[in-house]
Amino acid sequence: MALRLASRRFAPQVFRRGMATTIEHTKEPIAATAEATSASRPPIPANKTSTEHEPKKDENSRIKTFNIYRWNPDEPASKPKMQSYTLDLNKTGPMMLDALIRIKNEVDPTLTFRRSCREGICGSCAMNIDGRIPTDTAKDSKIYPLPHTYVVKDLVPDLTQFYKQYKSIKPYLQRDTPSPDGKENLQSKEDRRKLDGLYECILCACCSTSCPSYWWNSEEYLGPAVLMQSYRWIADSRDEKTAQRKDQLNNSMSLYRCHTILNCSRTCPKGLNPALAIAEIKKSMAFA
Amino acid sequence: MLAQRIAQQSLRRLAAQPNAYRFAAPAAIATGAFNTSQRRLVAAQAVPEHEARDSILAKQRLNRPVAPHLAIYQPQITWYGSAFNRITGCVLSGGFYIYGALYLIAPVLGWHVESAVVAASFAAWPVILQILAKTSVGFFFTFHCMNGIRHLTWDTASMITNKKVAQTGWFVVGASALGALALAFI
Repeated sequence: MALRLASRRFAPQVFRRGMATTIEHTKEPIAATAEATSASRPPIPANKTSTEHEPKKDENSRIKTFNIYRWNPDEPASKPKMQSYTLDLNKTGPMMLDALIRIKNEVDPTLTFRRSCREGICGSCAMNIDGRIPTDTAKDSKIYPLPHTYVVKDLVPDLTQFYKQYKSIKPYLQRDTPSPDGKENLQSKEDRRKLDGLYECILCACCSTSCPSYWWNSEEYLGPAVLMQSYRWIADSRDEKTAQRKDQLNNSMSLYRCHTILNCSRTCPKGLNPALAIAEIKKSMAFA
Repeated sequence: MLAQRIAQQSLRRLAAQPNAYRFAAPAAIATGAFNTSQRRLVAAQAVPEHEARDSILAKQRLNRPVAPHLAIYQPQITWYGSAFNRITGCVLSGGFYIYGALYLIAPVLGWHVESAVVAASFAAWPVILQILAKTSVGFFFTFHCMNGIRHLTWDTASMITNKKVAQTGWFVVGASALGALALAFI
């Protein structure tokens, strides 16, 4: 990893990898900002940090420990740490978000995380957890921000690059010809069915940040979530810029950094299949 | 009353827009009616896009830690299988190239790396080491071959479901282990 970064900064131009241009109007790789990388700082393990305890403990309590990644931007030089909290599961809802909200409300108001709808619609609260709260109180639950993202604070990742990449694929209908009746662009039921399993994506970035290939190449590789949305427009019978969309992906980085690792489909909280969408793009480009 | 209120509000909204004067009557501007708008806009400093992108963001990023990834991500057949596929490929092709290069330069250096010599020196190893070496190289070979078939299948956009991926993954692990043992004891 260090070698890779070093070669990226100091290697002469001829030895550098060809960059994939993803923002069309600037003609400049978005890699420019991503070059400013900070060293990976592993968090201080939980056994070396203090523990904040459940405030309302009683004799029937089922106490479970949560180790949560903390980093405060107001002390930029400090290392990230794994802070431990204990909660009584009898007073906590079944979801990890219930535990986090309860910690923030009753134990430590400085804990920072994003959440909005708490029902899998908005995709704000995506983070690295082990599913629902495992009821086994002997084992600690660990909560991290989305892997290999820049941490803004605690569990809040910086998704700027992710959104820029989403913008770069032009996620909207592009047509030159007006609709036949001047009102709507109709499509057959079969064509509509092709979009099922694609349009439901909430852009939570769980899949992109589960992808080791995206960890190492996030500045140029688009990642599963964005590629699936790209396919959503390629597969749309009403869109007329299919060739341009494919052409934009036709370089060594944007699409082909997908090595079919398949963590993306494994991790999708909505049960979608980004890996399949990417395979369909590759197939359609190979046989075009 | 209500209609009057709506008209007043929409006028205010119009006045808040920078190009509102285009739609307003000249007399209204002259009396200064639009400057007494009660709507206050958020005062924000304009930052040119390139500056926001290159300096502010880059400076923030220099401080931000990268969230833990490789070390904390749950081990799963998907990415462990893929990583092992790459490692086995590198080891096998690396070994092939190193031996090939050695074979090429051997006459110059006066070394003997012909098959007969290699076989003879391998036969001199202790049996347990022979079995270990053959099994591990055999496992690398069988795993990489069979997993390669999985990857070729995925490239046709078939067998990509979580269930199938896990099934074929563990099948390849088992089958390549058996294959390696079979190769070791040939």
